[in-house]
Amino acid sequence: MKRNDNREGIKGMANPGRYGIERFAYWLMRITGLGLLAYLIGHVYETSNIINGKSAWENMLSITQTTEGHVFLTLVIGMCVFHTANGIRVMLGHGGYGVGKPARPDYPYTPASQNSMHKLCIYASIGIAALAMMYGLSVLFGE
Amino acid sequence: MSETTFAEEQSSTEVSSSKTVTLRIAKFNPDHDSGQQFVDFKVPYERWTTVLDAVLDVKKHLDHSVAVRYSCRQASCGSCGMKINGRPRLACFTKISELNSDVVTVEPMNNYPIIRDLVVKLDQMFENHKKVQPFLLREDSEITGPTKEFNQTPEQLEEYIQFANCIKCGLCNSACPTMATDSSFLGPQALGQAYRYVADNRDKGKNSRLKIIDDSHGIWRCHFAGSCSQVCPKGVDPAMGIQFLRGYLLGFRK
Amino acid sequence: MRESTIMKIHYATALGAVVLVAVHVLFRITMGSFSGSLEYEQVLANYKFVPYAVMLELILVLLSVHGFNGLRVILLELKQGRSYEKAVTYGCIAGMTCLVAFGSRTILMASMGMT
Ligand code: HEM
Ligand code: SF4
Ligand code: FES
Repeated sequence: MKRNDNREGIKGMANPGRYGIERFAYWLMRITGLGLLAYLIGHVYETSNIINGKSAWENMLSITQTTEGHVFLTLVIGMCVFHTANGIRVMLGHGGYGVGKPARPDYPYTPASQNSMHKLCIYASIGIAALAMMYGLSVLFGE
Repeated sequence: MSETTFAEEQSSTEVSSSKTVTLRIAKFNPDHDSGQQFVDFKVPYERWTTVLDAVLDVKKHLDHSVAVRYSCRQASCGSCGMKINGRPRLACFTKISELNSDVVTVEPMNNYPIIRDLVVKLDQMFENHKKVQPFLLREDSEITGPTKEFNQTPEQLEEYIQFANCIKCGLCNSACPTMATDSSFLGPQALGQAYRYVADNRDKGKNSRLKIIDDSHGIWRCHFAGSCSQVCPKGVDPAMGIQFLRGYLLGFRK
Repeated sequence: MRESTIMKIHYATALGAVVLVAVHVLFRITMGSFSGSLEYEQVLANYKFVPYAVMLELILVLLSVHGFNGLRVILLELKQGRSYEKAVTYGCIAGMTCLVAFGSRTILMASMGMT
């Protein structure tokens, strides 16, 4: 059934390269959403050690105080900032804001919903995520 | 992979062309082939030669068994959608020269069952299209008096005419990332058409349509990746219509 | 529940979380140094500060709902079928409930000093 449908499958869904930055943003949104969910679960578990006393808490904390831990936390920062910033863009878009106005289309049919405002917002989301990661790195490794 | 070349005198191109391109056609007959097979053909082309011209040239001179569906040759009927160099496009609306590639690979569109070679079954798209009530919904009609015809200003026409351009070629559904895995999704084509009627001032069926698309495999499975609008050959911009519809459902639009 | 209701909740939880997570993170960087704010005593004191504990609980609920609904959306789009979709829906509700319950236990016990 699946095979006969000739659906692109997960590879097609996940392959972000072919259709421009909007498709890439869609892909990043998914990955970061899932990553954050995994982090949230880990984080809730990690912090639950507070009720097991000081040494348990410090044991847990020490995991994140390695280089790998710092890199991981930096990734989480980046994921969170991108997901939030892009999430706001996506929410506005979903509400019908900033997706252009219907008009008689003319060749070469540049779609108004894929406008430069959205592209700019995506680049900005990636940009501030990168900045936040750099700031995170400086705080984490600075101490 | 076999390669066949045109004999000089066989070429259907009147002006002898200096340029040739390798046309790589995906051949597959689900009834007795175990899998897709690519066959290469060398075809001459001019600046204006479309991919459909090239496929038909191959069909005429080199391999008449190539299955392809077409009718209007002018981007009006929506029959000739196929995957050309990795992206869904209309074969009659894509010139070989604009692809900037020595090899042009043509495959059947994704997300539809293959009938044979380049021909896919569009039934699901038409079914989904019908689901969104693609017709004017209202009590009276233009035939029954006292009304004669429903007037519409140019501005009111402008609200939906873009979406009425849809030729049901199905390229958008083939590019959609949700469609790639979700066999129950309505798809950008149907959702775009739902908006086309909702935006028509003669129509009174907004609530009925909103109810239909507000389903677990309806409009909410769109994530505004925009690939549908990027491949649409008629400038329909289904992504725009979908976000407007969602605006109604979220209460941002009246 | 109507799909639109679920998705409205998805957006609302996201918006709520933007504000609260910002506060939550700012608590870490504004209280002197980052690692200082994570000292055992400091964190415990945070938990015993009731408004902060309430906020943590809110974040927990909002993000669990948002995150697990997001997961449900992804899984629904990945594969279809009556029993599969039922399993996804109930699985996500169960995951969400477990996470909220487990997190609430921490917040409750820490803020009441049961350590
Ligand atoms: C705090 C700011 C956040 C905002 C503004 C936000 C916003 C959004 C929005 C608008 C969507 C829908 C995307 C779509 O339909 O394409 C979404 C999806 C999602 N979010 Fe968030 N979110 C936030 C935080 C989080 C966190 C902390 C998590 C992890 C627990 C998370 C997990 C997810 C998941 C798993 C999805 C589904 C991804 C998808 O469908 O592509 N989000 N988020
Ligand atoms: S919306 Fe565009 S791509 Fe989709 S079926 Fe209609 S004409 Fe084709
Ligand atoms: S042949 Fe009619 S659209 Fe291409």
